Amino acid sequence: MAEITCREALNQALAEEMERDPRVFILGEDVGLYEGSFKVTRGLLARFGEKRVVDTPIAEAGIVGLACGAAMVGLRPVPELMTVNFAIVALDQIMNHVAKVRYMFGGQVEVPLVIRAPGGGGNQLGAQHSHSLEPLFMHCPGLRVVAPSVPADAKGLLKSAIRCRDPVIFLEHEGLYGVKGEVPEGEHLVQLGQADIKRPGRDVTLIAVSRMVYVCLEAAEMLAGRGIAAEVVDLRCLNPLDMATVIASVRRTHRAVTVEESWLTGGWGGEVAVRIMEAAFDELDAPVLRVGGADVPMPYNHELEKAAIPDAEAVCRRVEELF
Amino acid sequence: MTEPKEAGLPEREELFTLYRDMVRIRLFEEACPRLYSQGKIGGFLHLYSGQEAVGVGVAHALRQDDYMIGAYREHGLLLARGSRPHEVMAELFGRQTGCSHGKGGSMHLFDVDRRFMGGYGIVGGHLPLAVGIGYSILYQEGDQVVVCLFGDGATNQGVFHEAMNMAALYHVPVVFVCENNGYGIGTSVRRASAVEELYKKSCAYQTPGVKVDGMNVLTVLQAVSEAVVRAREGGGPTYIEALTYRFRGHSISDPGTYRSEQERRLWKERDPIPRLAALMTTQGLATQEELAAVDAEEKALLAEAIHFAEESPDPPREELWQDIYAEPWPAVILPEKGTIPHG
Repeated sequence: MAEITCREALNQALAEEMERDPRVFILGEDVGLYEGSFKVTRGLLARFGEKRVVDTPIAEAGIVGLACGAAMVGLRPVPELMTVNFAIVALDQIMNHVAKVRYMFGGQVEVPLVIRAPGGGGNQLGAQHSHSLEPLFMHCPGLRVVAPSVPADAKGLLKSAIRCRDPVIFLEHEGLYGVKGEVPEGEHLVQLGQADIKRPGRDVTLIAVSRMVYVCLEAAEMLAGRGIAAEVVDLRCLNPLDMATVIASVRRTHRAVTVEESWLTGGWGGEVAVRIMEAAFDELDAPVLRVGGADVPMPYNHELEKAAIPDAEAVCRRVEELF
Repeated sequence: MTEPKEAGLPEREELFTLYRDMVRIRLFEEACPRLYSQGKIGGFLHLYSGQEAVGVGVAHALRQDDYMIGAYREHGLLLARGSRPHEVMAELFGRQTGCSHGKGGSMHLFDVDRRFMGGYGIVGGHLPLAVGIGYSILYQEGDQVVVCLFGDGATNQGVFHEAMNMAALYHVPVVFVCENNGYGIGTSVRRASAVEELYKKSCAYQTPGVKVDGMNVLTVLQAVSEAVVRAREGGGPTYIEALTYRFRGHSISDPGTYRSEQERRLWKERDPIPRLAALMTTQGLATQEELAAVDAEEKALLAEAIHFAEESPDPPREELWQDIYAEPWPAVILPEKGTIPHG
């Protein structure tokens, strides 16, 4: 298997799906000539032309709304929003239009589109370019929410998302674009809504998505040295949410910690923790605990920023409270 | 601004259809307050009385395979487009037979068969959707056109400017029709828009701006037809401002007291329905009896529609969870104790 970066895996997914299905087109700020702010769309304009790789004005609501209208009448748009923070500018289109039209019109219309949005902290980009907003989208029925961690999942999930008949918001972590990993050659699909156990363990379940999967893997390594075997569950999708895999893991380990980069208050960790307790309270030997981003606008200063984002040490501390 | 040329008179048969469609809408809308006060219609209710000439003029400029999309004052738009009053009324009643299966209500009517792409409740929010539909037409090398209707208030939303800019940039076949009825809820245009003549807003996008008398169905029909031809032939978008008036308040709960009696009377004198009737009779194209017969037929049709709505069932409870997603993943995958109501 070839070892490629997340960025390359996503680019492959886009190119392969555009090749496979002439209805797929991409649009967004600087996705064409500039080849994407994070270079995910590199080479696509040259290969597919201006009709299918559309440079847009800086107009997020317009981009998402255009994609929504096009999807309603048969195309498969893949709009890119430069960062997930800008998705807030388009939130009316995402939540009031994209997510709702199927339901509010009684199922007469579908909105098969994939909104790609990079996000996440760690690059000293300050409060308006650094956040993880998964819970915002998970909160909204009608939207599928995907957040991959490894290149193979990035490719397989993006391909599945583009083929999905429902609107998907596909959240990419800016800190992971350069991460390398093995990606199967040729057609590679990962089913949406299926969590993945990235490391098996018998003592505690760590539940994460996106970059926090790596933080959990690092924590698991540290915990192994302290005699605790942590299992790392990568949810990969927050809607649909694969509680079956989570609960099965908790039945083996009897302890769980959710680890998210998003703001802890109202974050997805709380949702998952409560669902574990609703479904498997008797299996727990300790309360489900959470680790999350500090409830602050992301600071610029490097040390403060580091303090706002969960690290492996923070995860270990929380895990040790369970024993 | 370009004023359309003096409207030539359509054929007698078409005049009757225009008249019939406007009467159908007026009767439908004027029945709604009674049904609302009886508790049969719920929620918000934005009536179209007075604005019929715009919707009917637009709809008659289109082919069956063209698209229409509108805002929340859209009952008349569907009726003009040819949706049966039965399904429209049933939707206001929230019934399963409604044109959005009871899920949408007054503000969210949809008719996929007539390519009516929805009514939307966020002011201006549907404008970029129209641009997307237009982009899809270009993408698939079709020659259809989209007409996007919205109120004067929408032209002050940021998204109006995004949509106008992108429509002009990508040269999409969209005709933007602003129904300027003078008020965004209770705030007059002159108190809400720095530019009071709204057709002028199109000049920022090098898009033709046309002002028409929205109380004259023939003028609207002509202006929209010209814009549709231009769009179909690859000439890109047009922006039409139709000056019109709503005879009732913004919504059912608004008595409209912010408007003077004199203003209302002046606009009432321009009522598009008697105006067309007078034209038809004075030109010798219709008799009073013929027009009265149309009125009677439409009253009977409306009675049938109300009866249909009343007799229709509510959607079954299971409908609550239908149509959220196309692909049937459970929203929550739970083993064994899967009893919590997360769908």
